[in-house]
Amino acid sequence: MVALAFRNLTLGYDRHPAVHHLETEISSGSLTAIVGPNGAGKSTLLKAITGVLTPLEGRVIFDEITREDVAYLPQKSDIDLTFPVSVTELVAMGLWKEIGAFGRLGRKGRERVQEAIEAVGLAGLEKRAIGALSGGQLQRALFARLLLQDAKVVLLDEPFSAIDARTMSDLIGVIRGWHNDGRTVLAVLHDHETVRDHFPQTLMLAREMVAHGPTPQVMTQANHSRARRMCEANPGDPILCEVTAA
Amino acid sequence: MIWDTFIAPFADFGFMRRALLGCFAIAIGSTPVGVFLMLRRMSLTGDAMAHAILPGAAVGFLISGLSLGAMTIGGLIAGMVVAVASGLVSRLTVLKEDASLAAFYLISLALGVLIVSTRGSNVDLMHVLFGTVLALDNAALMLLCSFSSLSLIVLAVIFRPLVLECADPQFLRSVSRLSILTHLVFLCLVVMNLVAGFHALGTLMAVGIMILPAATARFWAASIGGLLAIAVLVAMLSSAAGLLLSYHYGLPSGPAIILVTGILYVLSLIFGPIGGVLAKVLPRRHYQS
Repeated sequence: MVALAFRNLTLGYDRHPAVHHLETEISSGSLTAIVGPNGAGKSTLLKAITGVLTPLEGRVIFDEITREDVAYLPQKSDIDLTFPVSVTELVAMGLWKEIGAFGRLGRKGRERVQEAIEAVGLAGLEKRAIGALSGGQLQRALFARLLLQDAKVVLLDEPFSAIDARTMSDLIGVIRGWHNDGRTVLAVLHDHETVRDHFPQTLMLAREMVAHGPTPQVMTQANHSRARRMCEANPGDPILCEVTAA
Repeated sequence: MIWDTFIAPFADFGFMRRALLGCFAIAIGSTPVGVFLMLRRMSLTGDAMAHAILPGAAVGFLISGLSLGAMTIGGLIAGMVVAVASGLVSRLTVLKEDASLAAFYLISLALGVLIVSTRGSNVDLMHVLFGTVLALDNAALMLLCSFSSLSLIVLAVIFRPLVLECADPQFLRSVSRLSILTHLVFLCLVVMNLVAGFHALGTLMAVGIMILPAATARFWAASIGGLLAIAVLVAMLSSAAGLLLSYHYGLPSGPAIILVTGILYVLSLIFGPIGGVLAKVLPRRHYQS
C-alpha cells in the first residue's frame, strides 16, 4: 500500500527549481532515510509534503491520509527558547489535533503527556522551562510532542544533528517504535552508518532522484559518486529544465 | 495622615474616583496585551502602533471636534489598517514585520500631519497627545471599561493559539490555519487597547502602561500566569500612586502614572530576583543542605 506518491514533483524557491521531476512512491508503514549531498533538496521535499511549500510543478498525492495525518519536525525549529513554556506545556502541544484551540486537556490528556515525557526519558524535568534544556533534552521533548501527535506519517529533518550519542540511540528507539506501530517515517539523515543500521529504505536525492529502494542497494559507492557529480555539476541555481506551470 | 494622603483624594473627589476607575480599566485591559508584546520582542510595535493611531484620532477630532465616538472610530480605523496591512505584508512578502510596520505607520503619521495642516486650524491636539484622565465623563468611562472587558475576553479566547504562535509558530502553522488569524487578532487587540488608553493617558503615554508593567514583571515571574498577574498589579498600583502624586503636587497625571511605573521598573531591574542586576552580580549559594 502506498502512503505518499510524488508525481513529476518539481520544487523550488522564487521559481528556481531545487528538486526536479521526482517520481516515486513511499509505501505505507515504511521507514525511509532521505540522503544526498548538501543542497540536494532533501529539506525542500519534506516542506512540500507538509504543504508549507507549493510545488512548481507536479504534486504530492496522499493515499488514504490527509495533511492532518502528517507530523513534521523541522531541522532548525524557530522555537522561542526565551518564551516561558515548560516541558509539559511544550509536549502537550502535540494534542492540538484532538483538543484544538479551546478543548480541555483533561485528566486523560495529562496522563498521555506524562507517558510521552517518560517515553523519551525526560521524567523529572516536566516543569523545567524549555530555555533551560540542553540540545539533546529539547530534541527529546520535541519527539515526545511528535509521539502525542499520533500521526500516520512522521517527517524528521536531520533529527540527530548536534545531539549526544545516548540521546540519539534513545530517539532511534522511538522511531523504531513508530515503525513497529505501522506508521510511515521519512527522515533526512547525514550519517551513513545510522542509515544502514536502522533504515530499511533509502531515497537518495541530488536535485533529482538518484535511487530509491532497499538501503543496501541504494547506498552504493556508484550512487554516492553520481549524486555528488549531479550536485557539483550545477552549483548555484541551475536551470536544468523549464518550469511550465508555476 | 494615611487617610489624608491615600484615601481622602479619592473619597472626596468624584473626578479622582473616575480617573482611578479609568486607569484600572486600562491596566486590566492593556497590560496583558503588553506582556505578550514583550514576550514576542514586539515592545516597540506598541509604540509604532500608537503613532499610527494618532492621525486617525486627529482626523476624527477635525471632523467632529472633541467627540469621543469620532476620535475612537478614527483611531481604530487607522490602527487596524496599519496593523493588518503590515501583518499581511510580512507574511506574504520578503519584508519582515518591523520594516513593514515602520513603513505603514510612517505613512499614516505623514498623512495625519498633512490632513491636520491643510485644515489650517490651530487645533488643540493636546487631548490626543496627553489624554484627560482627570476629566473622564460617563461615556468615556463606559468606553474604557467595555474595551477592557472585550480585550480580556478576546485574549482568553485566543490564549492557546497565541501562546503557540509566540513559542513555536512553525508548529502552529503545521497543525492549524489559525496562525495568521491569531496574529492579526492580537494586533487588533493592541490597537483597541491603545485607542482606549489615549482617552485617558494620551496616545504616547498609553504605550507606557502597556509595556512598562510587563517589562517590570519579567524580573519577578517566570511563568505566563505570574507575568500577567504581576504586570496587572504593577499597572494598578502605579495608576493609584501616579494619580495621588498628581493630586498632591499638581503634576500632570498621565506622565505621573507612567513615571511611577518607570520607577518600579528601575527598582525591579536592580532588585528583581529573576535576571535582575543584583541577582546576576551576587553569587548564588548552591549545594547547601
